[in-house]
Amino acid sequence: MPETRVVTKRLRDRPDDSWTIDAALATGGYEALRKALVMTPPQIADEQVKASGLRGRGGAGFGTGQKWAFLPKDVFPRYLTVNADEGEPSTFKDRMLIERDPHQLVEGIVISAYAIECHLAFVYIRGEFALGYERLAQAIRDAYDRGFLGTNILGSGFDLELILHRGAGAYIAGDETGLLSSLEGERAMPRIKPPFPAVEGLYAKPTVVNNVETLATVPHIVAHGGDWYAGMGVGKSTGTRIFSVSGHVERPGNYEVELGTTFRELIEGLAGGVRGGRALKFFIPGGASSPWLMPQHLDAPTDMDYVQDELETMLGSGAIMVFDETTDPVLVAWRLARFFAHESCGKCTPCREGSGWIERVLYRMVHGRGRPGDLDLLLDFGDNIVPGLQAPFAQTTICALGPSTMSPVVSLDRWFRPEIEAMLKASPAPAAAAAAAGAS
Amino acid sequence: MPFTPTNLAKAKDLIGRYPVAKSAILPLLHLAQDQDGWVTPEAMVEIAALLELTPAQVLGVCSFYTMFKREPVGRLVVSVCTNVSCLVNGGPELFGSLRDRYLDDDDVHVEEVECLAACDLAPVLQVNYEFHGPVTPDAAAGTIEAYKRGELEPRTVSGSRT
Repeated sequence: MPETRVVTKRLRDRPDDSWTIDAALATGGYEALRKALVMTPPQIADEQVKASGLRGRGGAGFGTGQKWAFLPKDVFPRYLTVNADEGEPSTFKDRMLIERDPHQLVEGIVISAYAIECHLAFVYIRGEFALGYERLAQAIRDAYDRGFLGTNILGSGFDLELILHRGAGAYIAGDETGLLSSLEGERAMPRIKPPFPAVEGLYAKPTVVNNVETLATVPHIVAHGGDWYAGMGVGKSTGTRIFSVSGHVERPGNYEVELGTTFRELIEGLAGGVRGGRALKFFIPGGASSPWLMPQHLDAPTDMDYVQDELETMLGSGAIMVFDETTDPVLVAWRLARFFAHESCGKCTPCREGSGWIERVLYRMVHGRGRPGDLDLLLDFGDNIVPGLQAPFAQTTICALGPSTMSPVVSLDRWFRPEIEAMLKASPAPAAAAAAAGAS
Repeated sequence: MPFTPTNLAKAKDLIGRYPVAKSAILPLLHLAQDQDGWVTPEAMVEIAALLELTPAQVLGVCSFYTMFKREPVGRLVVSVCTNVSCLVNGGPELFGSLRDRYLDDDDVHVEEVECLAACDLAPVLQVNYEFHGPVTPDAAAGTIEAYKRGELEPRTVSGSRT
């Protein structure tokens, strides 16, 4: 099954220079902007973007047009902030879009800013993306030089300044409100909602925060129409989406397909299947924060609602991690738990303390020192973060990082309980294990 | 050392770009690290003065972010990913090998980091935020040596080209 390339078209067609202004202009770059600037903002926001059914590509999958519509009328200034702080483990699509097609992103930003009547926009780019920063900085300079940014853009009377802002290493800055805290010069700690950023965001002004892939899609929607975009995909998951496939596959990489494409077509088709002809043990469908799936789910469609309602997980950031039959699921759970414990910002007690407890119990399980009942102990920790541990999910923390710490644990319980209980029974008693560890 | 006259002008330009001066704190910390190779206490005091904050506020922000080094780290920061896609592709072995190899080398700071968003290159590392992957331990050491000999031009320890 082939890819359906919309946002990855230019960078695949012109691998040697797709990031340059010349390549962009030679392949229709900024034509959608010209088209947008003779439309009214509501024509773009409602008749194109909202009608396209586009949903955020960062993780939450919220309707983009709907998000824009939350801005209170007649309150100015308002800001557009681009979330380019890609850090969800195993997601590497935004980095590609930034490094290899920065003009597509800039064009999406200018059109979107025009549609929401904003005159100052920010790109918060992950600090570790050094090449991406350089390429995007150059693209922004070129866009100013050609009149696509700055005052009176293309003679339309519309003004927009764009500031490129580097992060400095903090996963939590990728959370919508954590990002705003960081951009304001604080530790990147999330804020309690409401007020939502659309009402009180950056500098307490109405603010829209959108993901890179989301905004990169906007020029195509304006160019071809919201109906065209809505005609792709399945149900309320319209259009195409980039999936980052990695782990034990023959051809790890980014693949853009229509939503609704099955996991099997992505993993076994485009990514070449499990490496070395081994069998699939499990896969993670939407980044580290999403609960895991099993081989029996391979034929499920990548439909955001189906995956959430029927499979009790999420497409999240579109990162599919594949693990073969030799993988120890407890080891994977521990490494993810360590990630969450490291990245917890410390603001909410259940997450700050709970993520560390979960990591330590999984660590002893990985090292043959697990105790009978450890799996239930982990679920008990989790119950303090996500009371009840089932849908509809409640949470005792401000942001989604806390509940995310439970995804690996819930997955172990859901799919590997017999295997783990057998392993725990076989583990030496704590005293014996401690003695053995001390002796080694 | 204090900002050079050139960097002080850059700092003031950065501050002027934002509606609220405090937003310039991360850019200024990067600028200081570009200049000195790490974020010195003196730099934090100077940044505090420029932004009309206390040095404690600047330290509080600086210490939250992993890219800011508050002690000297040498010329090359080698960031090795061991998150799950690298975990199952030899990331931990790569990290262990490089850590041991450069333990006594003051020029090379080897650190274990979280996902670098380059899982198609697993196992992957960065040298001063330039990606290299997939790499074996020996190939990685060869790359690091090429940086040390000047055959590869490294970015600053904050990942900038100056």
